[in-house]
Amino acid sequence: MVHWTAEEKQLITSIWAKVNVEECGAEALARLLIVYPWTQRFFSSFGNLSSPTAIIGNPKVRAHGKKVLTSFGEAIKNLDNIKATYSKLSELHCEKLHVDPENFRLLGDILIIVLAAHFTKDFSPACQAVWQKLVTVVAHALARRYH
Amino acid sequence: MTLTQAEKAAVVTIWAKVATQAEAIGAESLERLFFSYPSTKTYFPHFDLSQGSAHLRSHGSKVLNAIGEAVKYVDDIRGALAKLSELHAYILRVDPVNFKLLSHCILCTVASRYPNDFTPEVHAAWDKFLSNVSSVLTEKYR
Repeated sequence: MVHWTAEEKQLITSIWAKVNVEECGAEALARLLIVYPWTQRFFSSFGNLSSPTAIIGNPKVRAHGKKVLTSFGEAIKNLDNIKATYSKLSELHCEKLHVDPENFRLLGDILIIVLAAHFTKDFSPACQAVWQKLVTVVAHALARRYH
Repeated sequence: MTLTQAEKAAVVTIWAKVATQAEAIGAESLERLFFSYPSTKTYFPHFDLSQGSAHLRSHGSKVLNAIGEAVKYVDDIRGALAKLSELHAYILRVDPVNFKLLSHCILCTVASRYPNDFTPEVHAAWDKFLSNVSSVLTEKYR
């Protein structure tokens, strides 16, 4: 089980309270698809992903980004039991979606960059370190049921 | 993964701003690196890693200035960083995995200081550019 100090929980929840899940999720997913274009392989049904402008404006990308980040919020609500929280989602990503877990790490790092841009000075090195731990734990939980 | 003309332009434009705060950005990038990835501290047992330390500032400067050289000679990064490549291969021997970690921390630092300039296109160009720099620095390892 992952151990979180009170300080770490504070750094997570205080940032999360100010996150606009829809905007942030949309931006994170869009940047993933732009910065690492090979990740588009999972989204052939999303329509026009032909340019950064197309990706950013794509309503399916926005909606899916919001879905993904909302799910991330579940981890934050259940910091002491992230593994169980993502058990079914892990199976889904393996058995139905066939997503290489490396993509969870890529998206986690992109999320961190989006938070850095949004929170600027408040996203201190100490803050980043806690969030790096969180995205690693989430990625690990999502990969846990792979077989 | 070669940079397109547009990507080179994106790299050069934001560099103009970054260069004005090279020492601070370099130091902050290293600070983020050591905080988020403590294993990276193993390469600096001889350093004072406390926030704002002279070591962090001077080494941060060094790293950012080298990146500046790569920006200046973006059409021949291999040539520009040839000596540094040898240094890393034969003397420093920093495990290749760490270049990705530092690149990520540099991107975080730049994003937090220039959020309006750090558009998705600029982000993509810089990620690719730093990845190229990292490749050059590790290409003589074996």
